[in-house]
Amino acid sequence: MVVDHLSLDIYEGEFFALLGPSGCGKTTLLRMIAGFERPHAGRILLEGIDLADVPPHRRPVNMMFQSYALFPHLNVEANIAFGLKQEGLAKREIDRRVADMVALVKLEGFGGRKPHELSGGQRQRVALARSLVKRPRVLLLDEPLAALDKKLRGETQFELMELQRKVGFTFIIVTHDQSEAMTVADRIGVMDSGRLIQVAPPAAIYEQPNSRWVADFIGDVNLFAGRLGDDGLSIEGTAAGRLRVAVKPDAEPGTMVWAAVRPEKVRISREPPRPGLDNCVAGSVVDIGYLGDVSIYKLRIRDGFQVKVVIANVGGHAGRAVGFDDQVWLSWPAEAAIVLTR
Amino acid sequence: MPMKRQQQGSVLQRLVLCIPYAWLLVFFLVPFLIVLKISLSQTAIAQPPYTPAFDLAAGWHGLVTFFSGLSLDNYGLIGSDPLYILSYVKSVEIAAFSTLFLLVIGYPIAYAIARTPRRAQAVLIVLVVLPFWTSLLIRIYAWMNILQRDGPLNDVLMALSIVKEPPAWLSTDSAIYIGIVYSYLPFMVLPLYATLEKLDESLLEAAADLGCPRWKIFWLVTLPLSSSGMLAGVLLCFIPIVGEFVIPDLLGGSRSPMIGQTIWTEFFGNKDWPAASAVAVLLVGLLVTPIVIYQNQAARAVERE
Repeated sequence: MVVDHLSLDIYEGEFFALLGPSGCGKTTLLRMIAGFERPHAGRILLEGIDLADVPPHRRPVNMMFQSYALFPHLNVEANIAFGLKQEGLAKREIDRRVADMVALVKLEGFGGRKPHELSGGQRQRVALARSLVKRPRVLLLDEPLAALDKKLRGETQFELMELQRKVGFTFIIVTHDQSEAMTVADRIGVMDSGRLIQVAPPAAIYEQPNSRWVADFIGDVNLFAGRLGDDGLSIEGTAAGRLRVAVKPDAEPGTMVWAAVRPEKVRISREPPRPGLDNCVAGSVVDIGYLGDVSIYKLRIRDGFQVKVVIANVGGHAGRAVGFDDQVWLSWPAEAAIVLTR
Repeated sequence: MPMKRQQQGSVLQRLVLCIPYAWLLVFFLVPFLIVLKISLSQTAIAQPPYTPAFDLAAGWHGLVTFFSGLSLDNYGLIGSDPLYILSYVKSVEIAAFSTLFLLVIGYPIAYAIARTPRRAQAVLIVLVVLPFWTSLLIRIYAWMNILQRDGPLNDVLMALSIVKEPPAWLSTDSAIYIGIVYSYLPFMVLPLYATLEKLDESLLEAAADLGCPRWKIFWLVTLPLSSSGMLAGVLLCFIPIVGEFVIPDLLGGSRSPMIGQTIWTEFFGNKDWPAASAVAVLLVGLLVTPIVIYQNQAARAVERE
């Protein structure tokens, strides 16, 4: 079973991202919407109409393929015009819409070129134009930026957002790249093993993940396992001792819960922090990774438990403040920890 | 240092490049020049059966007699006798129609093989080339047996009441077509399969996604993208079929021979080597055009890669 027990509403004009590790079923879900795979059970409704018996070529959705799937024997204009010709539109109308699309994706002057004469970025834009020109009710994008190099991918993400705002269609993007999903999407659906784990806007996914799996998949996280205290606002017996949290989780006292703390929310100091700070624990520096904009510290606290901390290098020599094997204090406010029950 | 290495590399590269050219020189160009020379000679009752013979020992004088002995008479003969023209026309006609039949029969076979699961494909390809494991001559003799008036083909046709009287197959053009299409089918199927197998499935999905029904996808995507395979198959069949000798000789009649049979008759029946050579040289000239077309197309395909 590639996609299992999945229920999801996507709104008109929304930019929705399906995010998950490879093999989680997100592409299969997209191909079901496009009509290339048939669900054994369940329905796919578009504006209230069941798509089950509509063949791919009659569905008012279009797909942009990961490989772009440009027709190698047709030039850029003919590739973009391909879908319009199937609708039997007048030649003049087709020419006008193709020209508009070529301008929209900034490919003026390349209309006569064959796909093999274009760069990767240009091919990506032709594929986008070809699927957009039919004005689909829903545009499906299967890893649309995966084949681009990192820098171009970053720029193209913003272009894609801008384009979606301009045309106003519903976009569903499939990606395994969390930063891509976070950048472009209004809402993200995190998938694993054919099931949707969480559906929420990017900030909520990051700040309030609903499970250890999501917290770990989206960004880095330190997980402290322990039992929920009687007041519901503390976790007992974690590797960092008794931890205080700000929000009461939906769980009985005494059950197993996890405090998830993002690495950038932890502070490091040489002196013991002022009393009153919510959570603090002593540790020693094991490893430092200097990434330029930030440095990643790995610290060992009690029982060999390792904590990851990310510190922005705002000063010129921020990396030197703390060195290898230094004894330091780690601290974070109660609000920084998210309590996860599964 | 890197300069030197590069130069060494280029010498080695040139040497490697020389091998195919040397092969062509020894096994194509030299024999062709010999045939060309014979075609400009006259028949003689001698050994070899033509004059002038090339005699280096006679020195400059011998060379002059040699060249003055050459003439284009044999080419004039080919132009004046309709027998030769008719066999050229016949050969091209049979080659053209057989190639068309081969394309029509071979394309669906190649398409079906390319669409089956990968593991079954290998088996099917082996089945396509399986006939090659038996000599062509034996297979054509088998066809002579099948096509006899009281042979299995007529038995089946009579049993199914398709014909009332058993028709004569042998010594007809139909028999030639059956033999040629049967023998050349692998040469059509293999290049077609090679291109169809490489065809990216997502292109077909993209076409469907853009609103194209199935039959139209075939016309707009599959067919144009397999054009290089079709061209390869067509030329791979057409060129050798024009010069085909064994199949028309064994299955066809003698009334309107193909060009291969005409050359054979001139060589061995009439012992007229010069005339036979002239016919052969013209045949090469006739086939150069499609070969050049194929080379161009292949070079362009490589460029596109």
